[in-house]
Amino acid sequence: MALLEINNIEVYYGVIKALKGVSLEVNEGEIVALIGANGAGKSTTMKAVMGLIKVKEGSITYNSKRIDKLKTHEIVKMGLTLVPEGRRIFQELTVYENLMMGAYTIKSQEKIKEDIKEIFSLFPRLEERKNQIAGTLSGGEQQMLAISRALMSHPKMMLLDEPSMGLSPILVDEVFGIIKKIHENGTTIFIVEQNAEKALSIADKAYVLETGNVILSGTGKELKSNDSVRKAYLGG
Amino acid sequence: MLDFIVTFINGLSLGGIYAMIALGYTMVYGIAKMLNFAHGDIIMVSGYILIVFMGITGNIPLSILISIFFAGMFGVLMEKSAYMPLRGASPLAVLITAIGVSYLLQSVAQMIFGSAPKYVVIANLGSVNLFGLSIQLYKIITLAVTIVIMVVLSLFIKFSKTGRAMIAVSEDRGASGLMGIDSNKIISITFLIGAMLASVACTLYFLLTPNINPTFGAKPGIKAFTAAVIGGIGSIPGAMIGGIFLGIIECFSNSIPVLSPYTDAIEFLILIILLLVRPTGILGKKRKEKV
Ligand SMILES: Nc1ncnc2c1ncn2[C@@H]1O[C@H](COP(=O)(O)OP(=O)(O)O)[C@@H](O)[C@H]1O
Ligand SMILES: [Mg+2]
Repeated sequence: MALLEINNIEVYYGVIKALKGVSLEVNEGEIVALIGANGAGKSTTMKAVMGLIKVKEGSITYNSKRIDKLKTHEIVKMGLTLVPEGRRIFQELTVYENLMMGAYTIKSQEKIKEDIKEIFSLFPRLEERKNQIAGTLSGGEQQMLAISRALMSHPKMMLLDEPSMGLSPILVDEVFGIIKKIHENGTTIFIVEQNAEKALSIADKAYVLETGNVILSGTGKELKSNDSVRKAYLGG
Repeated sequence: MLDFIVTFINGLSLGGIYAMIALGYTMVYGIAKMLNFAHGDIIMVSGYILIVFMGITGNIPLSILISIFFAGMFGVLMEKSAYMPLRGASPLAVLITAIGVSYLLQSVAQMIFGSAPKYVVIANLGSVNLFGLSIQLYKIITLAVTIVIMVVLSLFIKFSKTGRAMIAVSEDRGASGLMGIDSNKIISITFLIGAMLASVACTLYFLLTPNINPTFGAKPGIKAFTAAVIGGIGSIPGAMIGGIFLGIIECFSNSIPVLSPYTDAIEFLILIILLLVRPTGILGKKRKEKV
């Protein structure tokens, strides 16, 4: 059984049906990518997994347990986390306080201290700015902080919603490098991207979402060489 | 000059009471994103609880502690029964519910205690001489209590895990859920703290006006709400500054014979002018909505 199973879910915003029966699976240890145009329902899928929006039909299971009726904070305690679209770091808190918020579910203060040390060795720029108000960081630094904050809860599986959005090509490479590193450390990755090229090149498996439906799936390599994917998402 | 200093101290002390009530409005607004119109009535409920327990135990300090405890519980109960079921409902529905809660509380109080004012004597404190000034002791006590509470609250918000979670929920409820924070729990704690502060304010207010009736909470409630808006609703330091500011204005206006009949009008005029110049209040920020 897959670590995360989304079975035929339907999600509405008022009367608008944003997901029309989406199914997909993420196995333990994989990197799975979800690609699709703007408005296809990628973020909605992530929100549904994290309990940020109600699932009307269908089910979501994580580790063989139903999670589609749980509250977000309960899902986080089970080992899932999301780096949301637009980072959503706490603008009024410092970098350090943001990391502490990420560790909200961790009881041991010693463990938190060690984790922060580790984060700072991974992201020296965050250490230099640890007492800076997070709202004053650059876009790239905010993305690093958002990823670090999510790591603080020791997730078994990390969801990332368009981590490359608004970043320069060099920073995009850096972010993807970090995602690979997190994956190598044993975290399962489920990533949403409009930057399909990048996402497909690191993904074990990928799904293509179009107006609320999964229209294609396959390995990253297969989709990268698929004609319709090339046309629609890879610029020919 | 001496009059000026005495009036200033009066203003600080009245402002401290307003600030304590204003904190309840502003914290609930910032964290639960709603206007708890019935917040002023918690002051009234706390006052009656205090009277009842003073009658039962005859022990005033004990009764004060009991009233703070029960007022806190009452705030949580109010939130869980009236407001929690409306999470996600339109702000108008929540506001109308809050107005309904306010009338309900006043009506129930009237049924139980009648509408005639009751006289409450907490303590007959005299005056003290400070640097040649004769100042009523309760004003000094009010000021001291206010300062202690504000310092403790500020430290709690800044340094405790729960306090930081309150900032996080107020800034972005969705993102704080992703940190593993149970926002319902944080909202309950907010109501608990707000109601306990209102209860402390109630006791201090009794030293100033030793009469209670079912609409006892309305006046300090509306004044404190004004203070919260002046300071920037949602901002904790804003509520403190707004409360003190309004208390000082009120005392100075009352001390000038030509102005004193118009004190309330002057306060609201200041509110209106301030909102025209700075719609977010002194320390308020624009709110961004997020899922
Ligand atoms: N808060 C919302 N209210 C109403 N409609 C929404 C909301 N969020 C998203 N939608 C709609 O749902 C659809 C899917 O959106 P989303 O999941 O954000 O797409 P993607 O992340 O793939 O760009 C879009 O048609 C979008 O307009
Ligand atoms: Mg999106």
